[in-house]
Formats: sequence, structure tokens, C-alpha cells
Amino acid sequence: MKYVDDFRGSRACLAMARRINAAAGDREYRIMEVCGTHTAAIRRFGIPSMLSGGIRLISGPGCPVCVTSDAYLRNAFRMAAQKNVTIATYPDMLRVPAGGESLQDLRARGADIRPVNSALEVLEIAGKLKDRMVVFLAVGFETTAPATGILAQRARQERIRNLKIYSAHKTIPAALLNLGKDKTLCLDGFLLPGHVSVVIGVHGYRQVMRSLRLPGVVTGFEPLDILSAIAAIVDAANHHKTILENGYGRVVREGGNVKARSLLREVFVSKDSLWRGLGLIPNSGLFLRKPYDSLDARRAFGLKEEGGRDARNGCLCAGVLTGKIEPSACRHFGRQCTPRKPLGPCMVSREGTCRAFFETS
Amino acid sequence: MCLAVPMKIETIEKTDALVSAGSLKARVNIQLLPSLKKGDYVLVHAGIAIEKIDPRKAREALRLYRDVARKSRMEEA
Amino acid sequence: MTEYISLSHGSGGALTQKLIREIFAAAFDNAYLRKLDDASVVTLARGRYAMTTDSFVVDPIVFPGGDIGKLAVCGTVNDLASCAAEPGYLSASFVIEEGLSLDVLKSVVSSMAREARHQHVPIVTGDTKVVPRGKADKLFINTTGIGLVHKSLEAKMIRPGDRILINGPMAQHGLSVLAARQGFESEEALKSDCKSLWAIVKLLLQEHVDVRFMRDPTRGGVSAAANEIAQSSGFSLALIENKIPITASCKSFCEILGLEPLDIANEGKMLFIIGEKDALRALRILKAVPSCRRASVIGEVLPERRAKVYLKTVAGGSRVLGMPVTEALPRIC
Repeated sequence: MKYVDDFRGSRACLAMARRINAAAGDREYRIMEVCGTHTAAIRRFGIPSMLSGGIRLISGPGCPVCVTSDAYLRNAFRMAAQKNVTIATYPDMLRVPAGGESLQDLRARGADIRPVNSALEVLEIAGKLKDRMVVFLAVGFETTAPATGILAQRARQERIRNLKIYSAHKTIPAALLNLGKDKTLCLDGFLLPGHVSVVIGVHGYRQVMRSLRLPGVVTGFEPLDILSAIAAIVDAANHHKTILENGYGRVVREGGNVKARSLLREVFVSKDSLWRGLGLIPNSGLFLRKPYDSLDARRAFGLKEEGGRDARNGCLCAGVLTGKIEPSACRHFGRQCTPRKPLGPCMVSREGTCRAFFETS
Repeated sequence: MCLAVPMKIETIEKTDALVSAGSLKARVNIQLLPSLKKGDYVLVHAGIAIEKIDPRKAREALRLYRDVARKSRMEEA
Repeated sequence: MTEYISLSHGSGGALTQKLIREIFAAAFDNAYLRKLDDASVVTLARGRYAMTTDSFVVDPIVFPGGDIGKLAVCGTVNDLASCAAEPGYLSASFVIEEGLSLDVLKSVVSSMAREARHQHVPIVTGDTKVVPRGKADKLFINTTGIGLVHKSLEAKMIRPGDRILINGPMAQHGLSVLAARQGFESEEALKSDCKSLWAIVKLLLQEHVDVRFMRDPTRGGVSAAANEIAQSSGFSLALIENKIPITASCKSFCEILGLEPLDIANEGKMLFIIGEKDALRALRILKAVPSCRRASVIGEVLPERRAKVYLKTVAGGSRVLGMPVTEALPRIC
């Protein structure tokens, strides 16, 4: 595959790993990969096995399904239970448990719940089911929010009455600030999420990284991209330098995607939002603006947010999402909590840290 | 969910394009990308093309990585 | 006869008899079925017999490269082949949803008959039921097969150093079904690899290849089959990702959907555990078969007794290849 295979060759990867290990010596480094897709890629390609033991790659909260609160899901269940409602959702949300049940359980009991791979499919569904209210669970970071934005604009233009959007979109830079300020994490740097960066640009991180004074590299998802970003962070840490580098220049521009950013500004407003594990983070959630009120599920269904506590079933996702513990440190990992019968979202989502660890160890 | 794959533009309609990866074809929304032409590669995420791949930057990155590999082999020898 | 299967076709009366005679017996045509007895009597030569049964619920029932009928025969023949058993006799039961088009049924049955003829295995007995609309999804087929075992293979014959071979590219069947279901344009690119493997197994046995064990990587793909072999033998296995063949189209499709090809079903592939000294010869024999040109040595059995499967990745790293735990693709066989 073009632009994929070239960035995976073992000769170049192993050489890059050797360079990292030589520069790292005996020292310990704690590098957080924020994005769930990075966690999955790192595990999939076996990158930890190529690096010396002192280099710790710590998973962060970059799994949008994982950081969505129980309260949001319970609201989704409430809507799903209504006779004329069809829920459209990205597949990963189907098996996330909240209060002992999941959307998939509800579907087995007769609720109309449809997985979609693209927000635009929701338009087709609403078009086909004119006598039902189609509610889209809009989950995802800045990479995915533009798709919801396009959906919202089309639905508004075409005056579609039977489509509502329940936005749980979240933005990364604010979460980085939250994590970087946590001194107990002892982070030496960040692998910044490459595809979020495609939208927000390197520019999107400048302010946060300046105030954190930690090295960060915008990182792609092929093993060579990841390894070269780690090399840059190890070098920066060794020289006590604060860098913000673009390691994914083939798709990330300094200013990101201008059209996507202006679309987000037009459709969404940034407000405080609740992240599983991290708590309430100011200006970290995207909510539909006034002109899109008629599409807002929160208004249509009078949904109350998001103050409730997350379930007390023993799930330690909160600790995993903040990089405090590795999945294996959770006593339920692999025992009461497996992908087949998960206790929490980190074991369900394909971007979830616990699942990535379970499948590769 | 940040899964995105490079695909080649085959034909362009107004807001959509037919893209391919090998012999697989798919239709994606391209309204976020102003000027595309047949043969361009775009990054596709959740049915939307979110950016065009810059071939020059891709070549530069590869060259850099291969330099590292070459130097490393020389050091080993 | 009506154009669609109705409940009357399953009631056991005249219409059922007509269906059996005109569709099933006519297609499967053999001395056993012509008798139309409740049970068929066969004569078995002395020896040990393998017996296997499978139910097929694939959705959609027709997919690029095959249909549920061909799949039913190949699937059962391959289960027998994996025990080095030559397919002897098959049974076939059909559960048909009211409303299934008669043409579709005829086509599936004809495809099943064709495959059984090519494999020289008669379908000697069967059953038909019709359920009301909505109580089954178009057509479910169950096949049971028995076959004479030519060589006793057991997991405890596996030894450290044994090599693991596959006869061709992985993931084709599961992806072809998924593509058909989701309406992807794929044509040749994503055809199922649905195929009977007894001829290939027989060839290896005739050449006295040191085959210790075999497993067909159906549901759960190469990952599941490798883990099952590891668990049965007790030894760990090491696989090399870039030695496991995959077509460019399958690889692209997996990347686009975020699927792991190692976890995806195959219906024309076998994993062979071959004694170290005979592995290259086995590979040569396989590659000489036109359909197995991409056969490959994909790994080996390790001395450690931890029953784990390790994967050396394309990037040069190493990770554990776990048993797939969730249905990546439901109802693919």
C-alpha cells in the first residue's frame, strides 16, 4: 500500500530503535502516547520489544469511546428505549457497559440501534426511516468532529426533521494540559495524535506545550513515524530542550486543515466537558451552536448532563486513561474483565488501552 | 477511531470522489479539500477525506528514515 | 411448483416429497438417495474413521467465490482432511425460511452437488425443514461427514523445531463475505478462497511428507488455529508476519476497516505442522500445485512449554498473538 508499506520496513525500524536505545542508555523515559490509535499501533507492531527497558510508553486518554462518561451512555439508553427512536452509533460504542447494560443488550431486547462507519450514513438512515427519530451518538475527537459538522450542515440545509445529534466530541489540547500538569506522571514528553493534528495543525498545540514546557512531536501511525518521534523526544529530554516538532509533515500542516477548522467553528462551540478519568476539563467539549438547536438531542429529549458518578463496578479505566496504571495492574484485567465481558470501555474499544494490552500479551 | 488510510483519487464529483486502494473502491466526501485532481492521494477517515498527502514531504521523510538506517548499518560495520 | 418455498414444502407430505425428489435427490443423484429411505446403509472398509459435523449460517448466502452450498461441502471435507481423513460420505440437512426463492435454492443445491462430485464424495442422506418467515435467515445447512483416516495425527506428535506451513494467502473468505454484506465493489479482488483441501493433503501423504498435525484456520483465522495448536501441543509457536501471505486487496481492506487479517476466516487454507527436516520439501511440493503457488513457511514450534503464540511483526518487533476474543465478523461461515 502506498504511503503505508514504506513506513513499516523492519530494517529501517530496527535501525531507528538502535539509535533510540543508544541515545537512551540506562536512563528512564516516560513518554505518553495520547491517542488510542497510537497505543494500538505500538502494540500491534511490537514496538516495546524493540526498545530498551528504560523507555516507558504510557497510554493516555485518547480513546473517545473510553473517555465518554457513563451519564452520556445512560442518556443514550433512555433515548433508545423510546419506541420511535433509532440510535445510530459508531460500532465501538455498542458493547460499552454502563450500569450493567450496553447498547448491544438493548438491541437484543428490541431497541433499534444501527452501527455506522461514517456520520454521513446517518443521513441515509433518517431518509429511509421518515417516521422514526434518528439520534446520532457523535463521539470522537477533532479528527471525527468535522464529519459530524458536515452532517449537521446538510441536515439543517435540507431541513431534516427526524435527525438529532447528541454530541460528545472532545478536544485534545485541553486534556494535554491536564495531564502535563500532573507531576505524579513524571512525563518526559508526548507523542501527539497525528490525525487530530491533521485538523488542528501543529499550531493547535503551541499554547499548551509552551505552558507545559515538555517536548512534543506530532506523530504518524506507522512504526517508522512512531520510532522517529520517540527518538526526537529522547534527544530533547537528554538536552533538556522543549521542542514541538511536526513528525507527520506529509499530512499535517502548521495551520491544520483550514476548511475543517472553520467548519468546526461554525457548527460547534467549546464548553467544559466531563472526561472519564480526568474529570471536568474546561473548554474541552464540542457542543452544537444555537443555529443548530433544532438538531440538538439534548434539547429535543431534555437530557440532563453529566454530573452522575461513573459506575462503581470495580472498573479502573480512570487510572489507565490518566496513565497512572497499566492494565495489568488492575486486578480485574484478564479475569473478570475481558473483551467478551468487559467491565469498562477501555476493554471494549479498539482504541482502548486494556483491550490493546489483552490482545497482545 | 483516528484510523485513517491513504487512498487514491480516481474520479471527482461535486462533494464526493471515488477513491481506490489497490483494486478496492469507495466513495468519500471531499468537501474539506479544495483542489484535488485524479491521482492525488488523500487520507480517509470515517468516510471523509481529511487531507491530501504531500508526496514531496513523504519522500523527504522516507529519505530521512533511510539515512538513519544507513548510518546505523555503517556504525555496526 | 410455486416460485417460492412455502410451509407446505416442509410439512412432510406430497410437496415435501416432490421437493426432495426434484431438487435434492436430482442434484445429488446417487444410488443411496434414489432409494429415498429414512437412513442410508453404507459399507465401510476396516480402519479408523473421522467424523465431523458443521452448521452453516453464512450471511449473505451467495458471495464472491461461492455460496453456502459449496461452503458446506468444502467446510466438512476440510475438517476431515485436517485429520488426514479421506471424505467418504456426507449428510446434508436444510432449514429453509418460508419465502426463499426456489431458484436460489436450486442454485445453492446445484453448487453443493457440483462440489461433492468434484470431491468424489456422495451426499447419501439428508433432511429438509421449512420454518415460518422470520424464524431463520433464508437458509441454514448442516453437513456431517465421515472419512477413513489415512494417517494418525495428534498434537502430541508435535516437536520443537517443527515448521508451520500455509498453502496460500489468508483472510480471503471472511473479507469476501464482509464486502458482499456491505456492498463494496470488489469483483475479483475479494473472492472467497472456499475450496476443498483433501487433494492437497492426499498429495502430501502420498509423498510421505512428515506431517505431524494440521488445522484449518476457519473462524478466528490463523490466530485462532495457531493458538489451538499451541494449547493442544503445550508448546509455544513463533510466527513471522511478513512470511504469512496476503493479497494486496485483502491487506488494503483490512487497513481501511481496522481489521487484523490474522483473525479473519479462511475456507481454503490449512496450517501444516511439518517435521523440520522435511519442511522445505513439503513447501516445494505445495508450490508445484497451481492453487498453492503462494504457499509459505510461516513459523516454527518453540522448545518452551507455555502454549503461547509469538508474532515477529513486519516492523521487526515482537508481540504475543492472542486468541481472538470477539467476533470480528459475525456469521461468516
